[in-house]
Amino acid sequence: MSIGLAHYLVVSLVLFALGFYCVLTRRNAIGILMGVELILNSANVNYLAFSRFSSGQYDGQVFAIFVIMLAAAEAAIGLAIVIGIYQTFHTIDVEATETLRG
Amino acid sequence: MSGVGLGDLLFYIVAVITIISAVGVAFSSNIVYSAFSLLGTFMGVAGLYIFLAADFVAVIQVLIYVGGILVLMIFAVMLTHRIADVRVSNRSVGRLPALLIVACVAGVMAKAVLGTGWHSIPPGTPSPSTYAIGNGFLGDYILPFELASVVLLAALIGAVVLSRKELKEE
Repeated sequence: MSIGLAHYLVVSLVLFALGFYCVLTRRNAIGILMGVELILNSANVNYLAFSRFSSGQYDGQVFAIFVIMLAAAEAAIGLAIVIGIYQTFHTIDVEATETLRG
Repeated sequence: MSGVGLGDLLFYIVAVITIISAVGVAFSSNIVYSAFSLLGTFMGVAGLYIFLAADFVAVIQVLIYVGGILVLMIFAVMLTHRIADVRVSNRSVGRLPALLIVACVAGVMAKAVLGTGWHSIPPGTPSPSTYAIGNGFLGDYILPFELASVVLLAALIGAVVLSRKELKEE
């Protein structure tokens, strides 16, 4: 059996599950951002796999580049927020930043 | 055609590297190891892009993810030092409930992936994609392209504003 759409979808599914697990369990804000990056990468693999095996057009690649662009913006803002949290609370444990809790 | 071809074998190797690195990212108890495992994941995903005949996207992946985002993350890890103490402490959502939730979600998705008869066409021969992508950006997708540049500008300004030090004059 040669490599087809399902192989890429399974790889992307595993990446998504690991990223989701990472987001759920990490208490370190940077770890959560890493999980988000894994999820975005798995979405990109899906875009490109469908672009190659289902449409044959380049639209999927264009959208993958948009996703990468927004991931870069998200990482820059997210890490700036993490640095800000660290300067205020002297920790990046998301459990410790509960000032807004009533 | 008998057995596994060289291309298929390479695909499996790249996929296994990607997944093992992603396991390292998700399960490592040290954030520095996670950051370096992320390098393997990003490079592996770039390899998958090459298998999917997306040469330009693969290069963009290496440039932006490995050259930009990963370096930014390692900087953030180093700047918020005390690397040794910031451990994974799972007080509110423990590992077991998280595994259960992930298993449920992944199970549903696996059923969807494997149970659906996807519309599939025989893939064409790989050809350079840069020309078509450039045409897409400046043709059909000109509005999202311009919006993305505005978003990037806003992110640039926002990151500078968020991370600068307040000058307190007391």
